[in-house]
Amino acid sequence: MTLPFAIFALLIIMGAVAAITLRNLVHCALALALTFVALAALYLQLDAQFVGFAQLLIYVGAVAILIVFAILLTHSSEMPRRSIFSSSWAIGIGTAVGVFAVLGGLVLSSRVLPGTIPPPPQATVRQIGDALMTKYILPLEVMGLLLTAALIGAVIIALRERRGE
Amino acid sequence: MAESMDQLFVTLKLWLVSLAPAQWQSVVSALLSVAAVIAAFATLFALTTILERKGLGRMQNRYGPNRVGPFGFLQPLADGLKALTKEDLVPRSADRVVHFLAPLVLVVPVFLALAVLPMGRNMVIVDLDSGVLFFFAVGAATELSVFMAGWSSRNKYSLLGAMRAIAQMISYEVPLILSAISVIMMAGSLSTAKIVEAQAGYSGGLPHWYVLTPWGLAGFALFMVAAAAESNRSPFDLPEGESEIIAGYYIEYSGFKFALFFLGEYIGMFAVSGLAITLFLGGWHAPFSWLTWVPSYVWFFAKLFALIGGFIWVRGTLPRLRMDQLMNFAWKFMLPMALINIFAAAIWHFMPNAIARWAVCAVLVFGSYVFLGQALFRHQNLAKRTYRYAD
Repeated sequence: MTLPFAIFALLIIMGAVAAITLRNLVHCALALALTFVALAALYLQLDAQFVGFAQLLIYVGAVAILIVFAILLTHSSEMPRRSIFSSSWAIGIGTAVGVFAVLGGLVLSSRVLPGTIPPPPQATVRQIGDALMTKYILPLEVMGLLLTAALIGAVIIALRERRGE
Repeated sequence: MAESMDQLFVTLKLWLVSLAPAQWQSVVSALLSVAAVIAAFATLFALTTILERKGLGRMQNRYGPNRVGPFGFLQPLADGLKALTKEDLVPRSADRVVHFLAPLVLVVPVFLALAVLPMGRNMVIVDLDSGVLFFFAVGAATELSVFMAGWSSRNKYSLLGAMRAIAQMISYEVPLILSAISVIMMAGSLSTAKIVEAQAGYSGGLPHWYVLTPWGLAGFALFMVAAAAESNRSPFDLPEGESEIIAGYYIEYSGFKFALFFLGEYIGMFAVSGLAITLFLGGWHAPFSWLTWVPSYVWFFAKLFALIGGFIWVRGTLPRLRMDQLMNFAWKFMLPMALINIFAAAIWHFMPNAIARWAVCAVLVFGSYVFLGQALFRHQNLAKRTYRYAD
């Protein structure tokens, strides 16, 4: 474990913990953005430039902003008066630990995993682009169609609301 | 001689690095590049503020600052000292931590974006394989900073300004990136150094810059308009409309934090202009083949000054847009135009080198410009304004 990895891992965990424990929802969203940034830094440290920058562009530039807008528009940015934790938090933690233990045990005991760590692949952006445009062209097109449909759907929903007023 | 002048800063840096002990050389090399870029762009910022105030003053038929130093050219120094010594006010109900962090979240990514700009031959801090993507990814953080500043101030004007700014930045980021894509397609690389390389060479004394093609010209125009909107420059300065919401998201900032916002905004403008130079204006290449003896960094900064001058000129000329005009322009004109431009670039790439592709691309770009422009103004009864009482 190297020093940069330790720093980024610490940042990710701190951001995630802050995102679920802070009382102010906007602070939670900002802490989540910190987690996204640290995650991108971790990708970059693994030499995965494209994934790292895409993570920054999409999660920090779009998803974090979307979350923040949603919080402000739904008037939930006021501080809650009572405790923000569910009264059955002990059961929740127990369930989470149980699920994690089962999944971890299964993964570790599976024979699909290679015994040794494979050498890291050298994927440049050019190779990713080539693969997207030749080998994975159909999934790409399907995804594009799906996103366009979602976009049009969102516009139609917004339009109908205005007419109903 | 010309060669050694061109590589002056590179050889200077290599000599300085060679003085350092072997295990520190990579660190010293990185630090030297970073220090040089920060010093150069901070100076450029000071110079731009005074030039902008002088230029605007000239356009508005007044002197502009003329008291400090010869012709007022030491004004930025006085401004800087004033910002440093002013009291740092934080509103009582403000969210102190977020309020403190917001200027930092703006300034740090904006300086990071300068790292991938080739400012001369062999003069780029990091030549990333996906440099253009890095530039846009880092720019995404500035939106968060604007929100942090607007929300943490607990002021209705700052929140309004932040909302406007974010809506505008998200809308104009789409045409900004789409107009860059046509260049990336033609150069076949996301690396800024390779894009500059792809524009090298001259035919008939004229350079092979992308701006000298129909799709490149349209792309450059789209890119610069979107860049003005991204950096909240006039005529897209609604987020900071002084007359409506006072100063927008940084209304509650004073002293050095205000100066940091100011700095971040200008460095962001320089960075996005630098990217426009890299993508469309041939980077550090000379504009004519008989001018190649001038050092490459001189050309980069000359082009940067030209673009900044354009920004100042526009600011002194155009009135501010209205919010609905701003959004309509982004989604109904810029976005389809940028998409058509990508198509035009593809046609340019696949047609044989002849007059035919010039004609086809020019007709496609110019035709869509006329058509989309007319569609944008169709239902707006634009006529001479008549006044009921004041005539």
